[in-house]
Amino acid sequence: MKKAPAFIAIIITAFLLIYAAEEFPEWADPNQPASLHVSPRYIEKTVEETAVPNMVTSVLADYRGYDTMFETSVIFTAGIVVMMLLRRPKKW
Amino acid sequence: MIWQLDLILVFLAVIAAVAAITVRDLLSAVMILGAFSFFMCMIWTQMGGLDVAFTEACVGAGITTAFFIATLYNTTRRTKD
Amino acid sequence: MVREFEDVIIQTLCRFLVPFIQLYSLYVFAHGHSSPGGGFQGGCVMAAAFVLIFIAYDLNEAKRRFGEKALLIFCCLGVFIYAGTGWACLLLGSNFLDYGFLSKVLPTDPVKARYYGMAMIELGVQIAVMAVMVSIFLDLVTRGEHEEILEEKGA
Repeated sequence: MKKAPAFIAIIITAFLLIYAAEEFPEWADPNQPASLHVSPRYIEKTVEETAVPNMVTSVLADYRGYDTMFETSVIFTAGIVVMMLLRRPKKW
Repeated sequence: MIWQLDLILVFLAVIAAVAAITVRDLLSAVMILGAFSFFMCMIWTQMGGLDVAFTEACVGAGITTAFFIATLYNTTRRTKD
Repeated sequence: MVREFEDVIIQTLCRFLVPFIQLYSLYVFAHGHSSPGGGFQGGCVMAAAFVLIFIAYDLNEAKRRFGEKALLIFCCLGVFIYAGTGWACLLLGSNFLDYGFLSKVLPTDPVKARYYGMAMIELGVQIAVMAVMVSIFLDLVTRGEHEEILEEKGA
């Protein structure tokens, strides 16, 4: 019975998550806060400002381009760290 | 959003997640994890998040499975517990 | 996988599949502006093509196509293209990663310049992700012992 504490913790966490999800807005609710303030700005201005039809790409690469740059550098760092950890020089 | 389809997909995803941690063979666990990623991808798709679904299909079901198999190639296939 | 082996079915199938996977990767990258996709997904699909080559053939063949030094260079080149586009905007007198000012060097208006600036950084992300994924896979599958396995084979 080593797994009993983990099981109880999982049950409590699931209960808390479901309890918190009760407060969420309805799925695809047009009156939720995110749809009222943030989304209309991008939906209205994306094609006008950037000539890109896909809003996700324009937000990812243009409006939040600094964020995506560090996402790329995180992947780059992961590759370099795997090289450093696993590759050994020929004569140790 | 069709709630019947949603229910079936969530049910299958939960089954795949539980199976991935209970199965003893690690290669089977990796494959079931790929199936779990695929079900998550379909859940994202039917919720309308196509970009997230595509990323999940590429990274979760494709590259991560390849990494896990590459690691299993160098270690044992059986778990101890 | 790592050691050499011959299997006609797997090798023929892979030789048939790999160009289509690479073409699909380039499609995902090029249509990232108007449909789901982009640099990250395209890079992952391209890396999957190289993983398929590696599974079908052996380490020697995979490294003949995509050597260790080339992988490192491509890793750095991708991040450099991304950051270099940002610095180019900065040098042209704008903010970092403000692609509108690229219209001073590109023969387009500022709105279209944003389109092409995004295409540039997606290219950088594609190259970096592809090289990093292939590099991590090769390191994991050979435990980082590229040279020893190659020497063992007498190559």
